Amino acid sequence: MKKKSANFWSYFWGFSALLYFTLPLYGTLDFSLRMKKGEISLMAYQVVLSDPKFLESFRYSIVMGLITVTISILLFVPTVYWTYLKVPKFRPILEVISILPFIIPTIVFVFGLIRTFSRPPLLMTLTPLKTDVLMVAGYIVLTMPYMFRSIDVGMKSIDVKTLTEAAQSLGANWIQVLLEIIFPGVKLAIISGALISFALVIGELILGDFLVRPALGAYMVLVGRSRAYEPAALSIMSYAITWLVLGFFLIVSNGGKTKTYWVGKG
Amino acid sequence: MRLNERSILKKIWGLIVNNDITKYVGLLPFLIFVTLFLILPSANLFLGAFRDQNQQFTLDNIKVLLNPYIQKSFIISFQVSIITSLVGGVFGFLVAYSITLGKAPHWLRRFLTIFSGLAANFGGVPLAFMYISTLGRTGFVTALLKNICFGPPEARSCPFDLYENGFNLYSMSGLVLAYTYFLFPMMVLTITPALEGMKKEWREAAENLGANSFQYWTKVGIPVLWPSILASMILLFSSSFGAFATAQALTGGSIYLVPIVIGQQIRGDVLNNPNEGYALAFAMVVVMAIAILLYTVLQKKTVKWTSST
Repeated sequence: MKKKSANFWSYFWGFSALLYFTLPLYGTLDFSLRMKKGEISLMAYQVVLSDPKFLESFRYSIVMGLITVTISILLFVPTVYWTYLKVPKFRPILEVISILPFIIPTIVFVFGLIRTFSRPPLLMTLTPLKTDVLMVAGYIVLTMPYMFRSIDVGMKSIDVKTLTEAAQSLGANWIQVLLEIIFPGVKLAIISGALISFALVIGELILGDFLVRPALGAYMVLVGRSRAYEPAALSIMSYAITWLVLGFFLIVSNGGKTKTYWVGKG
Repeated sequence: MRLNERSILKKIWGLIVNNDITKYVGLLPFLIFVTLFLILPSANLFLGAFRDQNQQFTLDNIKVLLNPYIQKSFIISFQVSIITSLVGGVFGFLVAYSITLGKAPHWLRRFLTIFSGLAANFGGVPLAFMYISTLGRTGFVTALLKNICFGPPEARSCPFDLYENGFNLYSMSGLVLAYTYFLFPMMVLTITPALEGMKKEWREAAENLGANSFQYWTKVGIPVLWPSILASMILLFSSSFGAFATAQALTGGSIYLVPIVIGQQIRGDVLNNPNEGYALAFAMVVVMAIAILLYTVLQKKTVKWTSST
């Protein structure tokens, strides 16, 4: 009897969660297919996909995501490696720095970024190119907690010191050690960090909106203000992209036992 | 005095030279990047919070917290964050329980674990759109519930007509519903390791000593779990407190949460005093810092007992 009641509540809460996840998703899907009165059609998707503004912002965000991820890998892998190898006592400081973007809400960070770089001596917001440099820097900071954590976990799992010494005794130089030993050793960790960071950049609203660049988030807000069905189609598409990226991430990270769930994107 | 990035770099350089320079040289690119794009912008805001228009030190800007408009925004932000972290926390805990210790079927566990990982990372504008399509005035669920009516045609009552019964998605209850979409999965993810750490033997020992389920939970389960539960809920609180995009897209900024007010301040100095804007941002970071600090302390407590078993 007792077993049965425990069973019931497990089912109850499990299915409630299932419903909470899927109902809005289904509602949105249903809504996105009803642009043509009285029939089910993909018209909303066609309208979105043929909007040059959508294509422009989509392309822009993807390029931004790729640049961000590349630079942040090149910046963080050597840094974490160096910390493990030479200055382990710096690691706690690195950890604190890397979670600062959680403590400083994105809106506050962007506030500071704009106030600092929209006036001399560090004026960067006058030309699109310079603003884009600022955007990438901002994205790197916002995704730093995820990137750092993934790389840190990866680096912890390999014996950095021994590997480096072994490679050096065989005559490898620094560049070779990094490129041929360390990078391949933490490849999976880098990929998982990169995927989450990429997904975050694609969906990010605040930076593009306040720096007035054609990022996907800002485009979505614009469409949301003036249209009814297209936003639903966009939501389904962005949910699908998140699924793809994170699904890939789950496969890569082998079952998804990750600990990087501090999400403050809202 | 204007904050000068050169003086900061010089200081850091000084620190490096005083230690063993070769040891730190590999960290230089990272330190320069972080100083320029994270420390400097933050320092600019926080120093601005304690300066007047003539760059002199002052505490006057903190008075912005006495402004009734700002006080109201803090109250609303706290309300939304506390309600969402409670709702998301309790719901998430129950879900996590049923997929770890409970008897939910295997496929459901697997599905909910994957969905939690996904939904906890899903937010922002698309989430707001999803709720508008579902629970907006013409939304899918709204329309579905609206048609559940009873009684004869001349005196029909439709108890589930949401908008006739005072529900409004573009309000605080809408925000709570939307935030819960990513907050309760976050609870599932953060509390699951603690639940998995509960030993079967504890329950068996308690039962052998004659304890019933209720006694087990009040004497063993909750005392062991409370630091983790509280830590996770604080995490939900901070995530909700700092969120901007969902609220902006869902309510068009008509609910004056603190992040929304800061957004308005960025666009056009609504407080008529830039330094008060900085003070507001500073106050927000103080709240977040306290939350994260509490989280860290509680998390350490948890790690202690999970690693000792």
